[in-house]
Amino acid sequence: MSMKKSFVALLIFVLAGSLLAACGKKSNSEASSGGGGSNKTVIKIATQSPLSGGSAVQGEAIKLGAQLSLDDHKDEFAKLGFDIQLAPYDDQADPKKGVANAELVAADKQILAVVGHMNSGVAIPSSVVYEKYNIPMVSPSNTATQVTDRKLKVVNRIVARDDFQGPAAAQYAVQTAGAKNIFVIQDKTAYGQGLAEAFKTEAEKQGAKIAGYESITIGEKDFNGILNQALTKKPDFIFFGGLYAEAGLLVKQAKEKGLDVPFMGADGIDTQGIVDVAGDKVTGVLYTSISTDITKTADGKAWADKYKQKFGKNVDGYSAYAYDCMSVILEALKKAINDNGGKLPSREQVRDAVRATKDFQGVATKVTFDDKGDNDYAKVFIYKFEKAAYPGSMISDISK
Amino acid sequence: MVSSILHSLPQVLVDGLTLGAVYAVVALGYTMVYGILELINFAHGEIFMTGAYVGTAVLFGFHALGWFEGAGWIAYMLILAAAMLFTGLLGVGIERVAYRPLRKAPKLISLISAIGVSFLLQDFVRFIAELRTGNYIVTGITLYNDNHKIATSSVSGVFGDAFLKTNTIIVFIVAVLMMVGLDMFSKRSKWGVAMRAVAQDRETASLMSINVNKVIALTFFIGSALGGATGVLFAQQYATIDPFIGYILGLKAFTAAVLGGIGNIRGAMFGGLLIGLLEMFAAANLGLITHGNFGAEYKDVFTFLILILVLIFKPQGLLGKAVKEKV
Repeated sequence: MSMKKSFVALLIFVLAGSLLAACGKKSNSEASSGGGGSNKTVIKIATQSPLSGGSAVQGEAIKLGAQLSLDDHKDEFAKLGFDIQLAPYDDQADPKKGVANAELVAADKQILAVVGHMNSGVAIPSSVVYEKYNIPMVSPSNTATQVTDRKLKVVNRIVARDDFQGPAAAQYAVQTAGAKNIFVIQDKTAYGQGLAEAFKTEAEKQGAKIAGYESITIGEKDFNGILNQALTKKPDFIFFGGLYAEAGLLVKQAKEKGLDVPFMGADGIDTQGIVDVAGDKVTGVLYTSISTDITKTADGKAWADKYKQKFGKNVDGYSAYAYDCMSVILEALKKAINDNGGKLPSREQVRDAVRATKDFQGVATKVTFDDKGDNDYAKVFIYKFEKAAYPGSMISDISK
Repeated sequence: MVSSILHSLPQVLVDGLTLGAVYAVVALGYTMVYGILELINFAHGEIFMTGAYVGTAVLFGFHALGWFEGAGWIAYMLILAAAMLFTGLLGVGIERVAYRPLRKAPKLISLISAIGVSFLLQDFVRFIAELRTGNYIVTGITLYNDNHKIATSSVSGVFGDAFLKTNTIIVFIVAVLMMVGLDMFSKRSKWGVAMRAVAQDRETASLMSINVNKVIALTFFIGSALGGATGVLFAQQYATIDPFIGYILGLKAFTAAVLGGIGNIRGAMFGGLLIGLLEMFAAANLGLITHGNFGAEYKDVFTFLILILVLIFKPQGLLGKAVKEKV
């Protein structure tokens, strides 16, 4: 018995020792690479997006988009004497994890800005941490109104707000699609609820009747109950505020019940995921998107090809916006460096430079931040799945 | 209001019975293990989930190899068998590793061990599922996807038509077969008698030359195999699975077992069907009944409210017998 115990103790000792050794090695190599690398000051830009879990596909696209922009600007910054690096964080689409990461970002003094988050629900609590440490964040996808309505100095987004996306969807539904009796479903998240409520208010203003306003629970797979309720109300249009996993199942189960009316979602279903889940039943599904079809323009097409070539993946809805977010940050960073006489700017200076962005032309959108951090040029686009393949085709766009 | 409720009733019944059948078979696993060990096997929901993944994976394998393209029912039976075998052995393994060493320890310790196993399985399956695509939400192949319309409206004008998938019928038939099979097994066969004997009094049973360890392992095998088979049925019915489907579903199946009287096999079946029906009815009609004050999202509250009411007046569950504490 005592042999066994001492053996275990030995094992623990060896393990702890090797861990320590590993740590030591790492810090050594870091120091040497920093010293050997021709004395460039390292500046890191973090990305915060879900790299694992249900939204990993979109989160990964955000990271890669930002990565591409960073690589494009690397030489430019090298000339100024800076080495820019990407620090990707996985927020797991979880507010708790997002805040924990934000603390880590704040603690790393080399990080001057953040691209992200993907989810409004994560961005809202995390941005409080950024505000405290003056780290500017530019989001490629946050649409909830609260994100910028709190008037934090660090928070910016380059896409449209829910209170514009929802109404734009409602405008399309009532005026173009001619819906009169609309059933609204939402998933009880900050994103889904904000969107659904904005849609509902505008649809009512436009003269449509709301047949029902119900919510579902994320993670469930059986939505027959709520759809049975919809069946009795005989709607001619269904709007869903939520994400693709639930949307795909709703579409599928609705069609299996013979509830064959137009189904509309928003940017949360703007992903390959919904095609995987709903299969060929996705045909005819409408969605609004805050992101444009990048391959429609020649420049955008060339950009998408470059992305594909570099990462071996097709562009996702947020890839180009993440690219633009990073470009906006780097542009501002450059300005901040120049204003600071070529020296490393403080986080405050970068923060103010980002907010001051005017008429910046990115690949996906033009960017001018207003005093809240919203983009004046943000547009909402309407897409439709003509066949069971992502992306759908862009059929309309609605600007502010 | 009544007319709307009646209108959707046929569809609510179809959907409720299907969901209820799934709950019922999963509840069997809880109730069998509780009956024999007085242990709430919280890993059972995850065994169900593992079954769903194994079935889907095997089906993907068939599809890639081009086997059984024309004969869906053979593939269906094979994936059921594969999932049952895998989860059955998994159940036996879990019992051997996580519960048997703790059999003499206080009940609370085994319970915590069960919760640990449940987390382990969840993350293990998540890890495996994520390897290929980086996304753990898996959408499988559905073998029977055609839709049927039951013209319930021709019976009486107050009803609307109901729709059901071929797979719904399969789910129901397989679930009933499994339940009847288990009922016969426990009542008629020698092993079934041995199982009930061990449930009644482990020590006396062992004096009657019953190998208690074997009987317990068998119970875990059967309970887990049933859970795994239900996982396959679930994956076929809803097509999309993730590693966390076992959590909520397991919780509800456990509720069903308690509602029916935990330890009682027929009670679990009855409880499962009842919970499925209640949940579906609440989701479809709560908004109507309360004039939109409480929407469909309160369906679980409604279901659990019924559970609490039943337990206040009949603490042993609907079909359970009040048993005296074992001495």
